[in-house]
Amino acid sequence: MSNHLKNLKLKIWRQSGPTDTGHFENYVMDEISDEASFLEMLDVLNEGLIGENKLPVVFDHDCREGICGTCSLMINGQAHGPERSTTTCQLHMRKFKSGDEIVIEPWRASAFPIIKDLMVDRSAFDRIIESGGYITAPTGGAPDANLIPIPKTVADAAMDASQCIGCGACVAACPNGAANLFTGAKIAHLNLLPQGQAERFKRTEAMVETMDEYFGSCTNHGECEAACPKEISIDVIALMNKDYRKSKLKNRKEISRT
Amino acid sequence: MTITFNSKIPAGAIGDKWATYKEDAKLVAPGNKRKFKVIVVGTGLAGASAAATMAELGYQVDVFTFHDSPRRAHSIAAQGGINAAKNYQGDGDSVHRLFYDTIKGGDFRSRESNVHRLAEVSVNIIDQMVAQGVPFAREYGGLLDNRSFGGAQVSRTFYARGQTGQQLLLGAYQQLARQIGLGNVRMFNRTELVDVVTVDDRCAGIVTRDLVNGEVVSHAAHAVVMATGGYGNVFYLSTNAMACNVTAAWRAHRKGAAFANPCYTQIHPTCIPQSDPTQSKLTLMSESLRNDGRVWVPMNPDESRSADQVPEAERDYILERLYPSYGNLAPRDVSSRAAKRAVDAGLGVGPLKNGVYLDFSDAVNRLGKDVVEERYGNLFQMYERIAGENPYDVPMRIYPATHYTMGGLWVDYELMTNIPGLYAAGEANFSDHGANRLGASALMQGLADGYFVLPYTIGNYLAPMLNKPIPGTDHPAFKEAELAATARYQGYVDIKGSRSPDYFHREVGRIIWDYCGMERTQQGLEKALSELPALYEEFQKDLRVTGNAESMNQTLEKAGRVDDFFQLGMLMCRDALEREESCGGHFRAEYQTDEGEALRDDEKFAHVAAWEWTGDPTKSIRHSEELNFEAIHLATRSYK
Repeated sequence: MSNHLKNLKLKIWRQSGPTDTGHFENYVMDEISDEASFLEMLDVLNEGLIGENKLPVVFDHDCREGICGTCSLMINGQAHGPERSTTTCQLHMRKFKSGDEIVIEPWRASAFPIIKDLMVDRSAFDRIIESGGYITAPTGGAPDANLIPIPKTVADAAMDASQCIGCGACVAACPNGAANLFTGAKIAHLNLLPQGQAERFKRTEAMVETMDEYFGSCTNHGECEAACPKEISIDVIALMNKDYRKSKLKNRKEISRT
Repeated sequence: MTITFNSKIPAGAIGDKWATYKEDAKLVAPGNKRKFKVIVVGTGLAGASAAATMAELGYQVDVFTFHDSPRRAHSIAAQGGINAAKNYQGDGDSVHRLFYDTIKGGDFRSRESNVHRLAEVSVNIIDQMVAQGVPFAREYGGLLDNRSFGGAQVSRTFYARGQTGQQLLLGAYQQLARQIGLGNVRMFNRTELVDVVTVDDRCAGIVTRDLVNGEVVSHAAHAVVMATGGYGNVFYLSTNAMACNVTAAWRAHRKGAAFANPCYTQIHPTCIPQSDPTQSKLTLMSESLRNDGRVWVPMNPDESRSADQVPEAERDYILERLYPSYGNLAPRDVSSRAAKRAVDAGLGVGPLKNGVYLDFSDAVNRLGKDVVEERYGNLFQMYERIAGENPYDVPMRIYPATHYTMGGLWVDYELMTNIPGLYAAGEANFSDHGANRLGASALMQGLADGYFVLPYTIGNYLAPMLNKPIPGTDHPAFKEAELAATARYQGYVDIKGSRSPDYFHREVGRIIWDYCGMERTQQGLEKALSELPALYEEFQKDLRVTGNAESMNQTLEKAGRVDDFFQLGMLMCRDALEREESCGGHFRAEYQTDEGEALRDDEKFAHVAAWEWTGDPTKSIRHSEELNFEAIHLATRSYK
């Protein structure tokens, strides 16, 4: 049976819009079941605020099963809160105790401007994918799926990288606001597979350079890996850097040929 | 608008229809495609794949999603896999068998021609997704691996760990992103459809609301595709994402598109039972788990020992006992009812006695923990996070929950609604799953519609419109719809009552779940139809939305969606009431065999119920489309 936490002190970032300076506001959650998820706790808070004719706290969320990547939140300074490899929506109140003070902030990164309260704009991630995070394979005419055997280890490594949910925790956790884990994960996914070889270096150069337009630079803190809810390894960054270096050479040759 | 239902099924033998259709379909020359604007609403598997493919072909495509990125659509949460009649395992699969299984799984309430086409293109989907780099699970030899899903006696399900939906959606999203990057698609994020506009009985475009600043804007197009998902959130608690809603489809319905079979909703047997009243959603545990997990309850209702202490002889493996030939992989509707009956009989397990066990101890003993972890690791981890128990040590507790809706906008063979120029794809349409969907078939249908059906059928509609003007957004019909939408959202703010949209959503959900859920009766449905209008009236008088309509306001978004759930809920109950038979997910207690199985009435109900909006959700008009079974004989569905 569930237990109840009492007297939680919530300190939540409120900001009415992108140009507002924003401030912390304090709330007290008198009682909440430890079976509730963190976002359900915020639902309860918001129901209360509507009851008091106040504006509820705006936050992004959707699937609530840890896969869509919509939810975010810095909880006590940690991206997605204290539990490792867990998104905020999968974090449950049993990880907290009565009387705790919980500080809730939006992702803080210049590439992710705040829309309202805890909601940020992560469309810079889409720009990176649009620049090359795909394999060009127009619909129709694909060869039989079993034509090219792919070693299980290769498929598994690609899968490890492609699990990225695009939540932005890596950027939020990084002191430089860098997106190398996100970008590296997509590059690793596609560059490891035989299908991805044709565009390997073109992709890498385009994605890295788009990333650099929006995000800070990586200085190997490794905070991104620690914050990643899908435990994506920073090895993908090494792979990206290696391919980026190569791309500068290979793409130049390609240009000189044409 | 008078409603006509012409399903436009091509002539010929079942296996030739799609080929014949494609040969006869009108084409738009490559250089002319850019003269056509197509709107796609929704970026799940159906929407993203349709938009990407049409943009590749050369059409101008505008895409809308209420999410912050097209990659968030709820297709992403599908776990177990995608079916395809590849027969890579050499275990006797074929297009015909997938076709047959799908028709039978749907309890003979789907349209043969559409389902056969689905089975045909299923093989192309796997080729396409592999070419895009979807990292499906593989054998050590490097070839693709398969597993088995409910309602099938072959292994035809392709998967990527427990995240198949994620990997497929990212594949489709990446194809879409490529087209956005190339400038062939204009992408509108955080933008919700609030109305569909028709001019001269054709779809002329849509009206949207920008969720960030509340701006209401019109968009004109030659054709509009609704790939807006299902309506399972009408139940409040479901496995759907929080934002899944019926609004887009419902707004189309209110503009004349028929809504088909709304009572066909799927209750998925393996979800984590509710543990607390604050709970906002239910989480699915993939059907694939039933490959190795065994469903059981203790025989003694007062059993107090922990699961591992209950001896074999005192356990009832309900599915293995009731359905020996399919065992734990009996289809979803059948398995859900078996679980419900066990719990109703007081045999439920867990602190609230609201679940049944899904036990992996045999699998762990037989295969070893490593193999089990390899197959289901992330699902086990997810279970542990939510339930606080480790499924390697204690059996999972599961219970059915609303998961998918087979009903949706009525479409013909071309996936066009009865409004010319308005199409519906994926879960938003009604066409392929009849009264019950088989596991791993939703991903298949979404991608079939988007990649391999719509790009052909839309061309057939557009070709004759070449160089003919279409109504622009300055047409009075658009202005009227904009004003109505603005007034509608301002109206919610102006009520200034005392209850939040969530309060009303929970209440509607409770009524629908109690009376139009897993088991329905005439009496219950009539009760729901008397309670819902009263509650709806309260909603219209006592709703409270704080803030305004001109800025980001999640309470306001919710209010609009709950409003539409009310209206849909009433239609669902009416549909369930009038369908006096049991079939698939629609189980009317009055119509069952002596053994408690669904009892169809093919004489009276071998048809699709397509509902026409009249302005009052309790007074919609029921039309029907007869289902003709030529390739398959109607039979009683048995999984014994």
